[in-house]
Amino acid sequence: MTGTVLIDYGAGNLRSVANALQAAGARDLTISDAPELVARATRIILPGVGAFAHCMASLSAIAGMRDALKQAVRARGAPFLGICVGMQLLADVGEEHGEQPGLGWVPGRVRAMAGGADIRIPHMGWNQIKVPDARATLVEDGEAYFLHSYHFCADHPADVAAMSVHGQPIVAAVQRDNILGVQFHPEKSQAYGIALLERFLTWNP
Amino acid sequence: MPVATRIIPCLDVADGRVVKGVNFVDLRDAGDPVAVARAYDAAAADELCLLDISASHEGRGTLLRQVEEIASVCFLPLTVGGGVRSADDARQLLLAGADKVAVNSAAVARAELVADIADRFGSQCIVASIDARQVAGGGWEIFTHGGRRATGIDAIAHARRLVELGAGEVLVTSMDRDGTRDGYDNRLNRAIADAVPVPVIASGGVGNLQHMIDGVHLGGASALLAASIFHFGQHSLGEARAALSAAGIQVRQVEG
Repeated sequence: MTGTVLIDYGAGNLRSVANALQAAGARDLTISDAPELVARATRIILPGVGAFAHCMASLSAIAGMRDALKQAVRARGAPFLGICVGMQLLADVGEEHGEQPGLGWVPGRVRAMAGGADIRIPHMGWNQIKVPDARATLVEDGEAYFLHSYHFCADHPADVAAMSVHGQPIVAAVQRDNILGVQFHPEKSQAYGIALLERFLTWNP
Repeated sequence: MPVATRIIPCLDVADGRVVKGVNFVDLRDAGDPVAVARAYDAAAADELCLLDISASHEGRGTLLRQVEEIASVCFLPLTVGGGVRSADDARQLLLAGADKVAVNSAAVARAELVADIADRFGSQCIVASIDARQVAGGGWEIFTHGGRRATGIDAIAHARRLVELGAGEVLVTSMDRDGTRDGYDNRLNRAIADAVPVPVIASGGVGNLQHMIDGVHLGGASALLAASIFHFGQHSLGEARAALSAAGIQVRQVEG
């Protein structure tokens, strides 16, 4: 096993995520684009900023990475955390810059958010996180920092771990088996975000 | 309910030192950007903005090291601006730990710089920073060099163009109001907020808490940049949040 691996596919604010993971207690953190390390990782974090299509293309461009992720997360059940676009990639399809297939691990589509007079897009800033009643999840009620223009529309309510509202309801987190995805940025959400990363680092789904 | 209105302390930095210092808490070195950033992080600022107003070649290494240090201890969004002339300049700041990069003069000279950065790193990390002054006839014009040099460019059209090129938000500084403590130029901010779909950050002139409320209600701002009102302890972030909240504006629900 190769400990906690933060995937470097050229698409993330890696340094911020690595700093936050270390503040949350990660002692065995490796930042890597090596599929052989990902395949043997105890835990995996997939960051992501920018556009869905670009992130998916960058991830797929690393030979063997898709297979390594599948083996670690789907076959072996290693805890997985996707952040922002890293969460959106869990969907079947993304609609940003043309329809693109995602990883398809959490059924759903990633669609453009609707703006309005007082609803500015991107959805940028601190917003409330609400966990549905009786939902068992790593995510807790609170406030976190968002920065996105597209959002995850989940097919199954059971996969939704937390919601927020910006003009319309927004899926703030999805969780299924050993997979957690958060639309917000825990690495930019001060104490709330660090606490979530601490729970992820000790998660045994 | 929409996202909370952001309150953003702004540090003007010249040659690695915070201009005029900051003394709202006891800091061993009130001119050290890292110490000041830590203090605002502890006070639960919604974001931090660091503007390198010297933007000298020699100061660049210092700035990058300070951004690295801030990003390693402060887990809140950090915007850095000043002297960003290319996508590679932006990349250096992002790699150091900035979450967003503000471009100003270089995007006046060549607006496509915004597209260069947005295409490589995403719209979410590029802030179009514009300095504007009211001109005869009622409009606003873009000025550069600290408000001294007129460009002949209409501020509203420039903001609209930079957003079309990919800017994820617009930071509007009124050079008429900057340093006056007379309040934001809410007509200017409203005109830009009406012209673009992205968030607008009001800047320049805030002197009291009512000015911050007006920035949202009259100016349509999604975020409020402020410097001296916080730096010298006139008001705390908590007091600003309470005043906005009492005026019916959604703010972050943190203690303090």
